[in-house]
Amino acid sequence: MAVTKQDVDYIAVLARLAFTDAEKEKLTDEMNSVLGYMEKLNSLDTTGIEPLSNMNDRTNVFRPDEIIPSISNSDALRNAPDKQDRFFKVPKVIEQK
Amino acid sequence: MPELSFASYPDLREQLLSKQTTCEAVTAAYLARIQSKKHLNAFITVFAEKALVRAKELDAKLASGKTIGKLFGLPIAIKDVIAIKDERLTCGSKILSNFTSVYDATVITRLVAEDAIILGKTNMDEFAMGSSNENSFFGAVKNPLDETRVPGGSSGGSAVAVAADCAMVSLGTDTGGSVRQPASFCGVVGVKPTYGRVSRYGLVAFASSFDQIGVFAKNAGDAALVLQVIAGEDKCDSTSSDKPVGDYAAASIDLSNLRVGVPKEFFTDALAPDIAAAVNTKLEFLKSRGATLVPVSLPHSEHALAVYYILAPAEASANLARFDGARYGYRAADVKDLTDMYVRSRSEGFGAEVKRRIMLGTYVLSSGYYDAYYRKAQQVRRLVREDYLKAFEQVDVIAGPTSPIAPFKLGEKVDDPLAMYLADIYTVPINLAGVPAISVPAGVDKQGLPVGLQLIGNLFDESRLFAVAKILEQSEMK
Repeated sequence: MAVTKQDVDYIAVLARLAFTDAEKEKLTDEMNSVLGYMEKLNSLDTTGIEPLSNMNDRTNVFRPDEIIPSISNSDALRNAPDKQDRFFKVPKVIEQK
Repeated sequence: MPELSFASYPDLREQLLSKQTTCEAVTAAYLARIQSKKHLNAFITVFAEKALVRAKELDAKLASGKTIGKLFGLPIAIKDVIAIKDERLTCGSKILSNFTSVYDATVITRLVAEDAIILGKTNMDEFAMGSSNENSFFGAVKNPLDETRVPGGSSGGSAVAVAADCAMVSLGTDTGGSVRQPASFCGVVGVKPTYGRVSRYGLVAFASSFDQIGVFAKNAGDAALVLQVIAGEDKCDSTSSDKPVGDYAAASIDLSNLRVGVPKEFFTDALAPDIAAAVNTKLEFLKSRGATLVPVSLPHSEHALAVYYILAPAEASANLARFDGARYGYRAADVKDLTDMYVRSRSEGFGAEVKRRIMLGTYVLSSGYYDAYYRKAQQVRRLVREDYLKAFEQVDVIAGPTSPIAPFKLGEKVDDPLAMYLADIYTVPINLAGVPAISVPAGVDKQGLPVGLQLIGNLFDESRLFAVAKILEQSEMK
């Protein structure tokens, strides 16, 4: 399963990252080298093995449904690159006709 | 100013309680040391004024006769991936270079409640991704034992802070070896607890099913004291364990009852022969003191690295999706529209290794590859974990090298990601299994560079690791 430059273009769109052509070429090689190393997993038969995703023996950890203070609006906005009143400000999303 | 030659935290505590010195004098001495070792680049932020104010408050507390905390006056440094309210939290990244924390991580709350003194935030590989501390936006960190070499990573700054006496202890984080490997490279003790032992609340997530906060110290006893303060259930982290925390500092062991597993998979051609020799000397020492060495097999070890470099980037790609330039962090200038803001803020804000891992993670999670990579890796992760749990039916601890290689030269591996990843072959499986491990100094290699011995324990068996580590330290002193 070799990664092509087209794959890199597609993955970059999904990951919301942009690369120059030179970076893409380097990244294609690097990803192929790392993913090539991962091919060795295919030598293992894992039929019937349950994937391990929860590292903890605790599941459904509940807490009482109580109202407790959380961070204030001003704290939430403290690191905002741009803000207005009580809101984060981002470029306009809806086009005006 | 006092000499920074305290044998241990209990020694410092004794001097503070008997009024031979003060928190202020000790803190001033450590701050001066940080200044004189500035070229090592171990710190991103130093709390020069705040630490002294705090030290004076603690001196007043002691004078007033109030009860003092378990870590009274302990000078500690914190990896800059852990939140401290009103302080900068950078994660070694441009994208967070101006971020200020709005709350304390649980570990910080607990350290402060026991009267520790925080000296500053340490340098690290960006978002804890790296094995050499060369991936920081704030520049590489140098190994104090040989300044042309790397200190290891990703908690390089925290390891150096302790090794160079810029702090008595420090906190790091360990996702695939990021505490143990730099501890090994810098000749100090580094412990990664069981997954879930320490709350991750206030720790910036890299790979959530692997990340654990760990401790660096000059000796196992000090690391144990700090771990037992920060460990334990936390309502703010539902993956934290509710199992009781042991008295790690008091842990002791009779070696004649100890079975030490020696995995053949850790002693292969990948291991430098002089490192193997140094590790074997320690194993023989344990044997001479009554321990039984038992050959064990961890048959899926050779697959651990591949599993890790599928799962950790996959989790990272999801965790780092939050950095979009909208709510916090770096935002690119003059963006055209929302998508342009996301793409340019991320592309300008993240460094090369972080982008590489986001790309790898996005790829293995993408449609058509999910089963072949991600699901397959999760299956093999279970096999790796079962190897360990099975081995612990036969032995009490497992011992081997922390790193297959000695600290390498700055710049030596930066252009070869796979070669860099291979530095983690002995540490990564432990994070896959979720078990605890500690790296302790084990002499030097033929170039005189430090070697680390890794002791691996069963789930929540930190006490035994500390007990064995303390006995190994006695052999270092001889």
